[in-house]
Amino acid sequence: MITLSNILALAIKELLALLRDPRSRFVLVGPPIAQLLVFGFAATYDLNQAPMAVYDEDGGGPARELIARFEGSRNFHLVRSIDHEGQISPLIDNREALLVLHLGPRFSADLQRGKSGQAQVILDGRNSNTAMIALNYVRTILMDFNRDWATRRGQAELPVQLKIHPWYNANLESRWFIVPGIVGLLTLVVTLIVTALSVAREREAGTFDQLLVTPLRPVEILIGKSLPGILVGLLQGSLIILIAVHGFGIPLRGPVGALYLGMALFLLSAVGVGLMISSLAVTQQQGLLGAFLFLVPAVILSGFATPIDNMPPAVQLITYLDPLRYFLIVLRGVFLEGDSYALLFDQYWPMALIGLTSLAAAGWLFRHRMY
Amino acid sequence: MSPARGGAAVRLRGMVRKESLQILRDPSSIAIAFVMPVVLLLLFGYGVSLDAKHVPLAFVIEQPDAASASFAAAFHQSEYFSPRRFGSIQEAEQALAEHMVDGIVWLRSDFGRRLFTSGGAPVGVILNGVDANQARITAGYVQGAWQSWLQSYAAAQGQELRLPVSAEQRVWFNPALRSRNFLVPGLVAVIMTLIGALLTALVVAREWERGTMEALMVTPIRIREILLGKLLPYFVLGMGGMLLSVAMAIWQFEVPLRGSFWLLLASSAIFMLVALAMGLLISTVARNQFVAGQIAILITFLPAFILSGFIFDIGSMPGPIQVITHVVPARYFVAILQTLFLAGDVWPVVLANAAALLLMMLIFFMILRRKARKDLEP
Repeated sequence: MITLSNILALAIKELLALLRDPRSRFVLVGPPIAQLLVFGFAATYDLNQAPMAVYDEDGGGPARELIARFEGSRNFHLVRSIDHEGQISPLIDNREALLVLHLGPRFSADLQRGKSGQAQVILDGRNSNTAMIALNYVRTILMDFNRDWATRRGQAELPVQLKIHPWYNANLESRWFIVPGIVGLLTLVVTLIVTALSVAREREAGTFDQLLVTPLRPVEILIGKSLPGILVGLLQGSLIILIAVHGFGIPLRGPVGALYLGMALFLLSAVGVGLMISSLAVTQQQGLLGAFLFLVPAVILSGFATPIDNMPPAVQLITYLDPLRYFLIVLRGVFLEGDSYALLFDQYWPMALIGLTSLAAAGWLFRHRMY
Repeated sequence: MSPARGGAAVRLRGMVRKESLQILRDPSSIAIAFVMPVVLLLLFGYGVSLDAKHVPLAFVIEQPDAASASFAAAFHQSEYFSPRRFGSIQEAEQALAEHMVDGIVWLRSDFGRRLFTSGGAPVGVILNGVDANQARITAGYVQGAWQSWLQSYAAAQGQELRLPVSAEQRVWFNPALRSRNFLVPGLVAVIMTLIGALLTALVVAREWERGTMEALMVTPIRIREILLGKLLPYFVLGMGGMLLSVAMAIWQFEVPLRGSFWLLLASSAIFMLVALAMGLLISTVARNQFVAGQIAILITFLPAFILSGFIFDIGSMPGPIQVITHVVPARYFVAILQTLFLAGDVWPVVLANAAALLLMMLIFFMILRRKARKDLEP
């Protein structure tokens, strides 16, 4: 017999234990909001005013026109003009410039005689992703320059023109991709914080044994311990979604219900994993270690920052165990693609499965791991 | 003076001995220092990659002919794509919505005819832009395949493709643009932040909670000796983990180490002290393992992951956020590691960042000295 009043009593006690300490109250509210704001603005792959230098040996009109296009781009910011080759290497080495544009002495002359003007782009490849993004911007600027030059001089255009249209995120703003991801990230962190130490703390204090000898059944303890985590996670998640939509202007195109169904299932799995870690741990230190050992891979292998498709097949298999993986697809699907329940079904059921399995394991561990 | 000095050495030795025994007894610290970096580096070193290969691409060719076949062949030859043919644009769009493909290349029925008109034939490229970074990389690959087709097409016509400006690119330090080369040194910094803080985050709080802090207080030991005694054994553990990670980066992931090993070791030691001091500070302020654990989770991993420049470029963040990144120690260590591994001993970069780490270390220890008092009132 599962009695509601028993569960409620335990859930209220858990909530009180959580909220009584002003420091732990603060930990639940302050940092997640601060983190959303900081990370939401910080986490972007778009290059903004990247420092660049120009080595213009030519000085002719076409060269100046090309350089003006770089200066006019909001992706680059001209920090230095240099006049001999030896200056390039210290600029790049000391990270003063991300790229150096080098135009040879015959650049304008070649261009005007109908030959190809040679430009050289030297990039700091220490962060190869940044280098690749910068290279793409350079290519776009050059393509535009080439097209305009060809039309102006009446030269034949290229036989095939590419027209690129990104769907769902027309301006390719990486913030639209990252901020929905942060919703999932912070919800996971908060839920784990609430649950991962909760059983370990009682074990260390000796009160867990007392709890086990009360008339409460293990199932009731399990539900009573899960409820506060789910509750805190739901509130936290709603708040973060509000800020994402109204603060960051991320479009929410799909049904909110599909988002919340995903969140409820995700919270179930996060709480399950948190309680499982907590009941495995004997001390709080072990509980904390366990939470980290789950959290860090769960974030990195979720597809939050780097695509799962780029991972080797063996690692891709591991990601199927990560509840955040599914929730991120739900979040991005509902926010940006406007997906509804049917398209997301394949994400819902694995989260439910992970949740039920881990909760069952936690319940079993309550009884069988006694010290 | 000298008896007091001698006493201090004895007290410190006793404290170090006690902490070392405690570490040996509870294997979780050793697991943090040695097992965690190996597991995390293996997982992330292989798991985190920004190099897209074999991007699934839908190809819609409405009117197959020789020109469109040669255009499609340019994509089939590229290792970046695995193209799939779709009969109509509707089917391809459905596949894009269901995440079966990441993009569509659409050659309309008039492709062959408009090839010879003055404006050229338009080719529609539709990308799933949800992951903006990946979409941009894919767009770059599509442009690459397009340009190589243009060249071979012009050659087949007996002409030379003359672009008004053609650019030669030279990417220094990492010409193959292998993302693992910059991600692995960054990961070492992220993992070491975690490990350093985790090792010490609970150690002072634990003493307060168990009441053994009061027992320590009635001994003649000074507070700085307690702190130092707790720091030293964990420093040895942490540096062990650090060396293990560096060894894995070099031999397991084949990231070239172009700078000097000793410089790497010295800057790692400074960083390890900063990370350990951060953990000690959390522990001292919280006086409660539960709160200390929560703070450690919040202020170490995610800031080190997002604000350190490990993956997101700091220069592109808004001004106020860039200011915040200055209090993230991992930021400096990421800069040092990426430079030492890939570029070599670039003194201005290494010295400036090491100086910042030293300053942070001094500040942390000063706050620690003020906060940690032999005083029962919180």
